[in-house]
Amino acid sequence: MITVFNDIYSVLWVDLRFLRRHWLSTLVISLINPLLYLVAFGYGLGSGINFGGVGYLEFVIPGIIALTSMSTSFSGSSSKLHIDRLFYRSFDACLMSPISLFSIVVGKALIGLVRGLLSSVAILAVGVVLSPVLLVTPLFVLVLFTSCFVFAMLGVLIGLVMNTHHAMGTFSNLVMLPMTFLSGTFFSLNQLPDALKAALYVLPLTHSSASLRAAALGQPFPWLSFVAFLGFGLFFFVCSMVVLKRSSA
Amino acid sequence: MEEFIVTEKLTKSYGNVKAIQDLDLNVHAGEVFGFLGPNGAGKTTTIRVMTTLTKPTSGSVRIGGFDVVKESDKVKRMIGVVQQHLSLDRDLTVRENMEFHARLHHIGSSERKRRIEELLEYVELTEYADSMVDTLSGGMKKRASIVASLTHQPKMLFLDEPTVGLDAQARRRLWDLVRRLNSDGTTIFLTTHYIEEAEALCQRVGIMHHGQLIALDTPLELRKKLGLITVETLVDNKQTHYQYFADRDAATSYVQNLPPDVKTIIIRDSNLEDVFVEQTGQKVGDNQ
Ligand SMILES: Nc1ncnc2c1ncn2[C@@H]1O[C@H](COP(=O)(O)OP(=O)(O)O)[C@@H](O)[C@H]1O
Ligand SMILES: [Mg+2]
Repeated sequence: MITVFNDIYSVLWVDLRFLRRHWLSTLVISLINPLLYLVAFGYGLGSGINFGGVGYLEFVIPGIIALTSMSTSFSGSSSKLHIDRLFYRSFDACLMSPISLFSIVVGKALIGLVRGLLSSVAILAVGVVLSPVLLVTPLFVLVLFTSCFVFAMLGVLIGLVMNTHHAMGTFSNLVMLPMTFLSGTFFSLNQLPDALKAALYVLPLTHSSASLRAAALGQPFPWLSFVAFLGFGLFFFVCSMVVLKRSSA
Repeated sequence: MEEFIVTEKLTKSYGNVKAIQDLDLNVHAGEVFGFLGPNGAGKTTTIRVMTTLTKPTSGSVRIGGFDVVKESDKVKRMIGVVQQHLSLDRDLTVRENMEFHARLHHIGSSERKRRIEELLEYVELTEYADSMVDTLSGGMKKRASIVASLTHQPKMLFLDEPTVGLDAQARRRLWDLVRRLNSDGTTIFLTTHYIEEAEALCQRVGIMHHGQLIALDTPLELRKKLGLITVETLVDNKQTHYQYFADRDAATSYVQNLPPDVKTIIIRDSNLEDVFVEQTGQKVGDNQ
């Protein structure tokens, strides 16, 4: 057990060395998009709108935190893994060492978690200043952690599966970007026709954003969504393990 | 003689391409074994299978008595690998890369520090320890890769085309390092498509062609089988002909009896290139 933690940390360690050198630029770059969304949607578009007693700004901030956790955790783990595998080829060092595939997958996800938390907490800090009604409860922290970890795991999966730079870009544009806008981050899914609403529940961000918003605004917590979200994480993990096992065939 | 690597009917296919075909090979403990062959012969694939990165399609490899598929963890602890292409993390320093390898192999913190300093000294990279990998010269990068793969003190070191892209001086220096490692007790498996490298470094050589082992022996024995002396002749300024002889006397008497229209006669020692050409009809340097 101790060796497993040790191994996971060894895998994380290299990526932490990099982050230590570049944390400020990494952080600043990851905040540009969320801050633009905050200004454009929170102030520009939505300043007059009210959602069942909640101002739009209060409504949208948890959504923006959710999408920040998604995009930074995802890119945090996927891009480094992708580079390690295909450009630096340093990933082979992990594969040729006596540590388990489990430790490799989890270790590679943790850098996404770390980077996701760093950026999400920064946005949260901005959010709390702008909208003091936000509740940062243990439940909220738990959901934020989970959100970063699940999307970091998706990053590991995609980093393992995609074999070209182009494929990575395509996935970002075709899956990640639409998910950013469609997952109830900027609007309430209740406004949508039932069929569309159901369709959007296949997106993991829908669940993360619903859970985070409920926790932040003290609304009834959607446990079912949260469990579904954990299911996504498990699915990404299992797929990553399978892909990694098959890579040596 | 203790066998460190034994392969039996080792085969690896990629679709229709047989990258390795029925390879039967043994590497003795303590030797420098050379795996010689042109690009695409199957050298890297063989190393990838031996180092557990790729599973064989059929057949088996045992290293130090352990099966590379079923007992991969035990194999991994015994081997160090330097790949054909740079495989260090270029966002890190030399020392950090070494530390990473040592951590992956469970070397404790104080032992890690001691070994890293020692190895840096060994390859004269101490003053570059904290330089980013990308800022080093080709030869230094190679040496850094080698010491990074030595932090867990492997009994066996794999070097895939270690001197490709290095200038003559860096190449010589790397050869010295290989010899030093070997005399300090490390068994070495190295691939190359340079004849002179195989001749300079290796106690035994296996020659690969299209995934098949076409010769396996000491460089001297391989040359003896062919004939130690080569005579090159040119007829009508068109094609060079090669004839092989057991010794210089035989070669000389052959040359004296040649018809007068045969020009440009060279009498020289045979080399592994001749062995390869005779077996395959191609030169090792040819890319087919
Ligand atoms: N991952 C792979 N997928 C498909 N074909 C491969 C793969 N790796 C190697 N090959 C093929 O196997 C053959 C041997 O390649 P390789 O082992 O790299 O040769 P060498 O190292 O001697 O130059 C080549 O024909 C190559 O195209
Ligand atoms: Mg090769």
